[in-house]
Amino acid sequence: MDNLGLIGAVSIFTAGLTIAIGSIGPALGEARAAAQALAAIAQQPDEANTITRTLFVSLAMIESTAIYCFVVSMILIFANPFWAHFS
Amino acid sequence: MQITTDAIIVAQWGSFALNATIAFTWAVMAILTIGSWLITLRISDTEKLSRWQNLLEVVVVGMRDQIRSVSHQAPRQFLPFVGTLFLFVATSNLLAVVPGFKPPTGSLSTTAALALCVLIAVPLYGIMERGVLGYLRKYVQPTIFMLPFNVIGEFSRTIALAIRLYGNVMSGTVIVAILIGITPFFFPIVMQLLGLLTGLIQAYIFAILAMVYIASAMQPNAGEEETEHNDALQQ
Repeated sequence: MDNLGLIGAVSIFTAGLTIAIGSIGPALGEARAAAQALAAIAQQPDEANTITRTLFVSLAMIESTAIYCFVVSMILIFANPFWAHFS
Repeated sequence: MQITTDAIIVAQWGSFALNATIAFTWAVMAILTIGSWLITLRISDTEKLSRWQNLLEVVVVGMRDQIRSVSHQAPRQFLPFVGTLFLFVATSNLLAVVPGFKPPTGSLSTTAALALCVLIAVPLYGIMERGVLGYLRKYVQPTIFMLPFNVIGEFSRTIALAIRLYGNVMSGTVIVAILIGITPFFFPIVMQLLGLLTGLIQAYIFAILAMVYIASAMQPNAGEEETEHNDALQQ
Protein backbone atom coordinates (compact mmCIF):
# COMPACT_ATOMS: atom_id res chain seq x y z
CA MET A 1 0.00 0.00 0.00
CA ASP A 2 1.37 3.42 -0.86
CA ASN A 3 1.48 6.35 1.52
CA LEU A 4 -1.81 7.86 0.35
CA GLY A 5 -3.78 4.65 0.80
CA LEU A 6 -2.21 4.10 4.20
CA ILE A 7 -3.15 7.60 5.32
CA GLY A 8 -6.70 7.11 4.07
CA ALA A 9 -7.14 3.79 5.84
CA VAL A 10 -5.65 5.02 9.11
CA SER A 11 -7.66 8.26 8.98
CA ILE A 12 -10.98 6.51 8.48
CA PHE A 13 -10.21 3.93 11.15
CA THR A 14 -9.12 6.61 13.61
CA ALA A 15 -12.16 8.76 12.84
CA GLY A 16 -14.47 5.88 13.74
CA LEU A 17 -12.46 5.10 16.85
CA THR A 18 -12.45 8.76 17.89
CA ILE A 19 -16.20 9.23 17.77
CA ALA A 20 -16.86 5.76 19.26
CA ILE A 21 -14.65 6.17 22.32
CA GLY A 22 -15.28 9.89 22.57
CA SER A 23 -19.04 9.49 22.86
CA ILE A 24 -18.93 6.91 25.67
CA GLY A 25 -17.71 9.29 28.35
CA PRO A 26 -20.11 12.19 27.63
CA ALA A 27 -23.03 9.73 27.33
CA LEU A 28 -22.36 8.34 30.80
CA GLY A 29 -21.75 11.83 32.17
CA GLU A 30 -24.94 13.28 30.68
CA ALA A 31 -26.96 10.36 31.98
CA ARG A 32 -25.62 10.95 35.48
CA ALA A 33 -26.27 14.69 35.27
CA ALA A 34 -29.84 14.21 34.01
CA ALA A 35 -30.62 11.57 36.62
CA GLN A 36 -29.31 13.76 39.42
CA ALA A 37 -31.24 16.76 38.12
CA LEU A 38 -34.47 14.74 37.93
CA ALA A 39 -33.95 13.54 41.48
CA ALA A 40 -33.32 17.12 42.58
CA ILE A 41 -36.47 18.35 40.82
CA ALA A 42 -38.48 15.56 42.45
CA GLN A 43 -37.22 16.66 45.83
CA GLN A 44 -37.57 20.40 45.26
CA PRO A 45 -40.14 21.14 42.55
CA ASP A 46 -40.03 24.85 43.43
CA GLU A 47 -36.43 25.08 42.28
CA ALA A 48 -37.19 23.43 38.92
CA ASN A 49 -36.33 26.60 36.97
CA THR A 50 -32.86 26.99 38.44
CA ILE A 51 -32.14 23.28 38.23
CA THR A 52 -33.25 23.08 34.62
CA ARG A 53 -31.13 26.04 33.61
CA THR A 54 -28.07 24.70 35.39
CA LEU A 55 -28.75 21.28 33.87
CA PHE A 56 -28.84 22.67 30.34
CA VAL A 57 -25.62 24.60 30.81
CA SER A 58 -23.83 21.62 32.32
CA LEU A 59 -25.21 19.26 29.66
CA ALA A 60 -23.81 21.53 26.98
CA MET A 61 -20.44 21.61 28.69
CA ILE A 62 -20.36 17.82 29.11
CA GLU A 63 -21.49 17.38 25.55
CA SER A 64 -18.70 19.57 24.24
CA THR A 65 -16.17 16.77 24.78
CA ALA A 66 -18.19 14.62 22.39
CA ILE A 67 -18.42 17.56 20.00
CA TYR A 68 -14.63 17.97 20.06
CA CYS A 69 -14.27 14.30 19.13
CA PHE A 70 -16.81 14.79 16.35
CA VAL A 71 -14.94 17.80 14.99
CA VAL A 72 -11.67 15.85 15.06
CA SER A 73 -13.18 12.91 13.21
CA MET A 74 -14.77 15.27 10.64
CA ILE A 75 -11.38 16.90 10.11
CA LEU A 76 -9.79 13.46 9.71
CA ILE A 77 -12.27 12.46 7.02
CA PHE A 78 -13.10 15.65 5.13
CA ALA A 79 -10.26 18.07 5.82
CA ASN A 80 -7.29 15.80 6.47
CA PRO A 81 -4.17 18.00 6.45
CA PHE A 82 -1.98 15.08 5.36
CA TRP A 83 -3.79 14.52 2.08
CA ALA A 84 -2.28 17.60 0.50
CA HIS A 85 1.11 16.75 1.96
CA PHE A 86 1.46 13.46 0.12
CA SER A 87 -0.75 13.79 -2.95
CA MET B 1 -19.13 17.43 1.49
CA GLN B 2 -18.37 20.82 3.03
CA ILE B 3 -17.60 21.05 6.72
CA THR B 4 -17.27 24.83 6.58
CA THR B 5 -19.24 27.48 4.75
CA ASP B 6 -16.06 29.49 4.22
CA ALA B 7 -15.21 27.52 1.09
CA ILE B 8 -18.46 28.41 -0.70
CA ILE B 9 -18.01 31.52 -2.86
CA VAL B 10 -21.28 33.28 -3.62
CA ALA B 11 -19.91 36.28 -5.50
CA GLN B 12 -16.60 37.46 -6.83
CA TRP B 13 -15.44 40.94 -7.86
CA GLY B 14 -11.92 40.77 -9.19
CA SER B 15 -9.72 39.43 -6.42
CA PHE B 16 -12.34 40.14 -3.76
CA ALA B 17 -14.38 37.01 -3.08
CA LEU B 18 -17.51 37.03 -0.95
CA ASN B 19 -17.94 33.70 0.79
CA ALA B 20 -21.19 32.26 2.07
CA THR B 21 -20.31 32.88 5.73
CA ILE B 22 -20.02 36.64 5.28
CA ALA B 23 -23.03 36.85 2.98
CA PHE B 24 -25.32 34.99 5.38
CA THR B 25 -23.92 36.91 8.34
CA TRP B 26 -24.97 40.08 6.56
CA ALA B 27 -28.36 38.53 5.88
CA VAL B 28 -28.88 37.73 9.56
CA MET B 29 -27.70 41.20 10.56
CA ALA B 30 -30.08 42.78 8.04
CA ILE B 31 -33.01 40.67 9.23
CA LEU B 32 -32.36 41.59 12.87
CA THR B 33 -31.75 45.29 12.28
CA ILE B 34 -34.45 45.98 9.72
CA GLY B 35 -36.93 43.80 11.60
CA SER B 36 -36.38 45.61 14.88
CA TRP B 37 -36.42 48.99 13.14
CA LEU B 38 -39.71 48.24 11.36
CA ILE B 39 -41.31 46.95 14.56
CA THR B 40 -40.19 49.88 16.70
CA LEU B 41 -41.42 52.41 14.12
CA ARG B 42 -44.96 52.09 15.38
CA ILE B 43 -44.23 51.40 19.01
CA SER B 44 -47.05 52.02 21.47
CA ASP B 45 -47.09 52.33 25.22
CA THR B 46 -50.82 51.81 25.55
CA GLU B 47 -52.43 48.47 26.27
CA LYS B 48 -53.13 47.87 22.61
CA LEU B 49 -49.93 46.79 20.89
CA SER B 50 -49.11 45.05 17.67
CA ARG B 51 -48.25 41.36 17.74
CA TRP B 52 -44.68 42.05 16.60
CA GLN B 53 -44.11 44.50 19.39
CA ASN B 54 -45.47 41.87 21.73
CA LEU B 55 -42.91 39.38 20.36
CA LEU B 56 -40.03 41.79 20.86
CA GLU B 57 -41.16 42.60 24.38
CA VAL B 58 -41.38 38.91 25.27
CA VAL B 59 -37.88 38.30 23.90
CA VAL B 60 -36.31 41.28 25.63
CA VAL B 61 -38.06 40.67 28.95
CA GLY B 62 -37.08 37.00 28.81
CA MET B 63 -33.44 37.89 28.20
CA ARG B 64 -33.50 40.41 31.06
CA ASP B 65 -34.95 37.83 33.44
CA GLN B 66 -32.38 35.21 32.49
CA ILE B 67 -29.50 37.67 32.84
CA ARG B 68 -30.78 38.82 36.21
CA SER B 69 -31.14 35.29 37.54
CA VAL B 70 -27.66 34.27 36.36
CA SER B 71 -25.71 37.37 37.38
CA HIS B 72 -27.79 38.53 40.38
CA GLN B 73 -27.27 42.08 39.12
CA ALA B 74 -29.24 44.64 37.18
CA PRO B 75 -29.43 43.37 33.58
CA ARG B 76 -29.20 46.84 32.03
CA GLN B 77 -25.44 46.90 31.46
CA PHE B 78 -25.23 43.32 30.12
CA LEU B 79 -28.28 43.28 27.89
CA PRO B 80 -26.72 45.00 24.85
CA PHE B 81 -23.81 42.55 24.66
CA VAL B 82 -25.27 39.26 25.87
CA GLY B 83 -28.63 39.88 24.24
CA THR B 84 -27.01 40.61 20.90
CA LEU B 85 -24.96 37.42 21.10
CA PHE B 86 -28.09 35.42 21.84
CA LEU B 87 -30.21 37.04 19.13
CA PHE B 88 -27.54 36.65 16.45
CA VAL B 89 -26.73 33.02 17.24
CA ALA B 90 -30.38 32.08 17.71
CA THR B 91 -31.48 33.72 14.46
CA SER B 92 -28.75 32.13 12.40
CA ASN B 93 -29.35 28.70 13.96
CA LEU B 94 -33.12 28.87 13.52
CA LEU B 95 -32.87 30.05 9.91
CA ALA B 96 -30.98 26.80 9.16
CA VAL B 97 -34.32 25.20 8.27
CA VAL B 98 -34.77 27.66 5.40
CA PRO B 99 -33.66 25.84 2.24
CA GLY B 100 -30.47 27.28 0.82
CA PHE B 101 -29.57 29.10 4.01
CA LYS B 102 -26.20 28.03 5.37
CA PRO B 103 -26.00 29.09 9.03
CA PRO B 104 -22.97 31.37 9.50
CA THR B 105 -22.45 29.82 12.94
CA GLY B 106 -21.56 26.60 11.10
CA SER B 107 -18.21 28.19 10.28
CA LEU B 108 -15.37 28.32 12.76
CA SER B 109 -14.58 31.91 11.67
CA THR B 110 -17.91 33.26 12.93
CA THR B 111 -17.88 31.39 16.21
CA ALA B 112 -14.24 32.28 16.82
CA ALA B 113 -15.11 35.94 16.25
CA LEU B 114 -18.00 35.74 18.70
CA ALA B 115 -15.82 33.96 21.27
CA LEU B 116 -13.13 36.63 20.83
CA CYS B 117 -15.78 39.26 21.62
CA VAL B 118 -16.46 37.40 24.87
CA LEU B 119 -12.73 37.12 25.58
CA ILE B 120 -12.40 40.91 25.30
CA ALA B 121 -15.66 41.74 27.05
CA VAL B 122 -14.83 39.75 30.19
CA PRO B 123 -11.84 41.90 31.30
CA LEU B 124 -13.65 45.07 30.16
CA TYR B 125 -16.62 44.41 32.43
CA GLY B 126 -14.30 43.20 35.20
CA ILE B 127 -12.16 46.34 35.06
CA MET B 128 -15.22 48.61 34.86
CA GLU B 129 -16.57 47.03 38.01
CA ARG B 130 -13.48 46.53 40.15
CA GLY B 131 -10.63 48.54 38.66
CA VAL B 132 -7.50 47.23 36.94
CA LEU B 133 -5.76 45.97 40.07
CA GLY B 134 -8.89 44.43 41.50
CA TYR B 135 -9.46 42.55 38.27
CA LEU B 136 -5.85 41.42 37.88
CA ARG B 137 -5.84 40.15 41.46
CA LYS B 138 -8.34 37.57 40.25
CA TYR B 139 -5.54 35.79 38.41
CA VAL B 140 -3.41 35.22 41.50
CA GLN B 141 -6.26 33.65 43.47
CA PRO B 142 -5.85 31.53 45.56
CA THR B 143 -2.05 31.65 45.25
CA ILE B 144 0.45 33.15 42.82
CA PHE B 145 1.23 29.66 41.53
CA MET B 146 -2.21 29.48 39.96
CA LEU B 147 -1.41 32.38 37.63
CA PRO B 148 -0.45 30.27 34.57
CA PHE B 149 -3.44 28.00 35.01
CA ASN B 150 -5.82 30.93 35.32
CA VAL B 151 -4.41 32.45 32.13
CA ILE B 152 -4.59 29.13 30.28
CA GLY B 153 -8.13 28.66 31.53
CA GLU B 154 -9.10 32.05 30.14
CA PHE B 155 -8.00 31.03 26.64
CA SER B 156 -9.11 27.41 26.72
CA ARG B 157 -12.66 28.34 27.67
CA THR B 158 -12.74 30.80 24.79
CA ILE B 159 -11.62 28.08 22.38
CA ALA B 160 -14.16 25.71 23.92
CA LEU B 161 -16.89 28.33 23.43
CA ALA B 162 -16.04 28.65 19.75
CA ILE B 163 -15.63 24.94 19.00
CA ARG B 164 -18.79 23.99 20.90
CA LEU B 165 -21.06 26.23 18.88
CA TYR B 166 -19.30 25.42 15.60
CA GLY B 167 -19.35 21.66 16.27
CA ASN B 168 -23.02 21.60 17.16
CA VAL B 169 -24.23 23.59 14.17
CA MET B 170 -21.83 21.89 11.75
CA SER B 171 -22.79 18.43 13.01
CA GLY B 172 -26.44 19.26 12.40
CA THR B 173 -25.85 20.25 8.78
CA VAL B 174 -23.46 17.34 8.10
CA ILE B 175 -25.85 14.76 9.57
CA VAL B 176 -28.74 16.12 7.51
CA ALA B 177 -26.58 16.04 4.38
CA ILE B 178 -25.54 12.42 5.03
CA LEU B 179 -29.12 11.34 5.80
CA ILE B 180 -30.42 12.92 2.59
CA GLY B 181 -27.99 10.62 0.81
CA ILE B 182 -29.13 7.38 2.46
CA THR B 183 -32.73 7.83 3.70
CA PRO B 184 -34.34 10.76 1.88
CA PHE B 185 -37.56 12.63 2.80
CA PHE B 186 -38.41 11.60 6.35
CA PHE B 187 -35.37 11.26 8.57
CA PRO B 188 -33.66 14.46 7.42
CA ILE B 189 -36.75 16.39 8.52
CA VAL B 190 -36.65 14.80 11.96
CA MET B 191 -33.00 15.70 12.26
CA GLN B 192 -33.79 19.25 11.11
CA LEU B 193 -36.36 19.51 13.91
CA LEU B 194 -33.79 18.25 16.37
CA GLY B 195 -31.40 20.82 14.89
CA LEU B 196 -33.91 23.60 15.70
CA LEU B 197 -33.95 22.50 19.34
CA THR B 198 -30.17 22.12 19.56
CA GLY B 199 -29.63 25.42 17.79
CA LEU B 200 -31.81 27.34 20.24
CA ILE B 201 -30.24 25.59 23.23
CA GLN B 202 -26.75 26.31 21.93
CA ALA B 203 -27.62 29.98 21.43
CA TYR B 204 -28.92 30.07 24.99
CA ILE B 205 -25.82 28.29 26.30
CA PHE B 206 -23.49 30.62 24.42
CA ALA B 207 -25.14 33.71 25.89
CA ILE B 208 -25.44 32.20 29.38
CA LEU B 209 -21.78 31.11 29.41
CA ALA B 210 -20.71 34.59 28.27
CA MET B 211 -22.84 36.01 31.09
CA VAL B 212 -21.36 33.57 33.62
CA TYR B 213 -17.81 34.45 32.58
CA ILE B 214 -18.54 38.16 32.83
CA ALA B 215 -20.28 37.76 36.18
CA SER B 216 -17.38 35.73 37.55
CA ALA B 217 -14.95 38.46 36.49
CA MET B 218 -17.09 41.03 38.29
CA GLN B 219 -17.78 39.24 41.52
CA PRO B 220 -15.67 39.97 44.60
CA ASN B 221 -12.69 37.77 45.41
CA ALA B 222 -12.84 34.85 47.81
CA GLY B 223 -12.92 36.07 51.38
CA GLU B 224 -15.13 38.96 50.37
CA GLU B 225 -18.77 38.39 49.59
CA GLU B 226 -19.30 35.33 47.37
CA THR B 227 -22.22 34.05 45.32
CA GLU B 228 -22.24 30.29 45.24
CA HIS B 229 -24.54 30.13 42.26
CA ASN B 230 -22.03 31.44 39.76
CA ASP B 231 -19.37 29.11 41.10
CA ALA B 232 -21.61 26.14 40.56
CA LEU B 233 -22.35 27.23 37.01
CA GLN B 234 -18.70 27.78 36.26
CA GLN B 235 -17.55 24.22 36.88
